[in-house]
Amino acid sequence: MSGNGFSGSRFAAMVAKEFIQMRRDRLTFAMMVGIPLLQLILFGFAINADPKNLPTAVLSADDSPFARSFIAGLANSGYFRVTHRVASEAEADRLLELGETQFVVTIPEDFSRKLQRGERPAVLIEADATDPAATSNAVATVLRMNETVLERDLTGSLARLRSQPPPFEVQVQRRYNPEGITQYNIVPGLMGTILTMTMIMMTGLAITRERERGTMEHLLATPVKPLEVMIGKIVPYILVAYIQAGLILAAAWVIFGVPLSGSLALLLASVLVFVTANLSVGITFSTLAKNQMQAMQMTFFFFLPSILLSGFMFPFRGMPEWAQWLGELLPLTHFLRVVRGILLKGNGVAEILPNLWPMLAFIAVVMTIAVRRYRRTLD
Amino acid sequence: MSNGYAIAVEGLTKRFSGREVVKRLTLEVREGEIFGFLGPNGSGKTTSIRMLCGLLTPDEGRGTCLGYDVIRETADIKRRVGYMTQRFSLYEDLSIRENLDFVARMYGMRGRRTAVENALERLGLANRREQLAGTLSGGWKQRLALAACMLHEPRLLLLDEPTAGVDPKARRDFWEQIHALAAEGITVLVSTHYMDEAERCHQLAYIAYGNLLARGTPQEVLEGSGLATWSVEGEDLYELAAELRGLAGITQVVPFGNILHVSGADPELLEATIAPFRKQAQRRWTPSEASLEDAFIHLMDSTRDNYQ
Ligand SMILES: Nc1ncnc2c1ncn2[C@@H]1O[C@H](COP(=O)(O)OP(=O)(O)OP(=O)(O)O)[C@@H](O)[C@H]1O
Ligand SMILES: [Mg+2]
Repeated sequence: MSGNGFSGSRFAAMVAKEFIQMRRDRLTFAMMVGIPLLQLILFGFAINADPKNLPTAVLSADDSPFARSFIAGLANSGYFRVTHRVASEAEADRLLELGETQFVVTIPEDFSRKLQRGERPAVLIEADATDPAATSNAVATVLRMNETVLERDLTGSLARLRSQPPPFEVQVQRRYNPEGITQYNIVPGLMGTILTMTMIMMTGLAITRERERGTMEHLLATPVKPLEVMIGKIVPYILVAYIQAGLILAAAWVIFGVPLSGSLALLLASVLVFVTANLSVGITFSTLAKNQMQAMQMTFFFFLPSILLSGFMFPFRGMPEWAQWLGELLPLTHFLRVVRGILLKGNGVAEILPNLWPMLAFIAVVMTIAVRRYRRTLD
Repeated sequence: MSNGYAIAVEGLTKRFSGREVVKRLTLEVREGEIFGFLGPNGSGKTTSIRMLCGLLTPDEGRGTCLGYDVIRETADIKRRVGYMTQRFSLYEDLSIRENLDFVARMYGMRGRRTAVENALERLGLANRREQLAGTLSGGWKQRLALAACMLHEPRLLLLDEPTAGVDPKARRDFWEQIHALAAEGITVLVSTHYMDEAERCHQLAYIAYGNLLARGTPQEVLEGSGLATWSVEGEDLYELAAELRGLAGITQVVPFGNILHVSGADPELLEATIAPFRKQAQRRWTPSEASLEDAFIHLMDSTRDNYQ
């Protein structure tokens, strides 16, 4: 063998060394196994691009057998789950705005009378179309329901109504995003995911970097307090976050024409809450990780479910209950609702409050962990 | 303060994953004293110093630093102690001035700007103040770190090998400064591997493998070692050294330029062993003083016998 060529034994030694190091770094190893598993589970089971059992409010001014059959038909389709019976349009609107329900089904007063007269009355379905993917299959199904759902009710003299055209009409109104433009949903979502990624990663490295460079020893020898270090490291990134958010919002508006129906100030305030939640996650990772590599991996570990379970990539209501439950824990889930709410629905403080306080609670819990885990010594 | 002692600890023990790195360390350092902390690499000097300033929690033992409890009152200690780490621990990506300013802010100093300016002047780095600390040479980094840890006028300085890699002139300046501070009543605990520096301390402590082996003034440590030393001048010293090594009663044979130091723990046995060599005409043997270095190396060798 020549002296400066490729050496098989050197190569083998290198491989062996890498394996030893890999084995020593337990977390990396766990992550390497954990991440594919996590992906498999999330993609395989949690993600359902065909969301069913979507919460639906019914505003029925007609208590006829026909109306009841129609509503039963909705439920039987598997896409709709009647969660609310409302008495007024205002109430129904409010449910949609809050995101409590995905649909409002309105059956007019004279539904059965007109139906029997062959006047083909219309049932109105209002869908929260901020995320078009969440409603499209349900809408497609309901549009075909008028052909068959009343078959058994139309007996005797009414049997003639079974013929074409269908005995009643279904009108669908896609609220908040009438044209079903996916960018309306994706762009606010991107803002959330980009902020999550960068904020957690940057702060995740913050303390580990000090530890790795040896500057932590000097810092710890000074009278500085844990919270001072942590908040001190968080704050500069809030500025970075606003720059990012500003850019994305500008792009959303200029390039994609995403509307801003609500208040910009409210949006910016919500960004602050969301960013702080992410920064506190980052700083907590920073106190837990032994080195920068581990901090990066933890970031990724948090980021993945954030994208998959928050309703960014897949409709939230398309996920099984346990996945939704996990999703509710993530700040991104709530932030997406807030951003869509403010941008597309024109939500005000009252409407976004149910999604603000979980983020605030999240910050409190995570920061508590960070402060407790922050090592004041080099032990 | 606790009856004139800046540091008074007893039985400090530190374990890392079960291994005792510092074993029942008992130390008293009087105020205004320059206390030299010596010992071979890995003997636990840095670990001990970290326990004194609250950076590590002792597993056992108790004591005070500037009158504050080393376990419970670390915040008070940190405020009053200047700790210079062995490894450069200022921010390499901050400038000299920014680093000093940051340190001054950490201690909440009043008159920060003038303090930083004065430190820059004293360091002689005033015209390089905006240079990044990471781009300084090794010796200058040490000097900057030293200036940084003295910035807040601490009552006690814990210096972990402050002069490693520093040129002789700067080292002399440093020791003059240390003595001046001591005269003002500031206590200095300094770890070092340099014997000339050890000789400049009021008191010494020597630890090896976590055990405190010797304590006292340099003279006391020297006498305590009980080492007898002869120096040899003449020809073929290298060959002589090879012959002497391993003979009964001879523990060290060390060449110093044209002189050979031959030492042993038992003066009589040593004299008996070297008697035949002294008769050889080409070399001259004279009884001499053991150096501190001889004493420490002797201490080190004897502990290895005891502990391994
Ligand atoms: N954080 C730690 N975890 C595990 N072992 C440690 C740790 N810090 C120090 N040690 C071990 O403790 C022993 C003493 O280390 P220490 O740094 O105190 O020695 P030292 O006397 O300062 O040495 P040197 O002269 O080389 O600076 C060494 O064996 C070292 O490996
Ligand atoms: Mg050391």
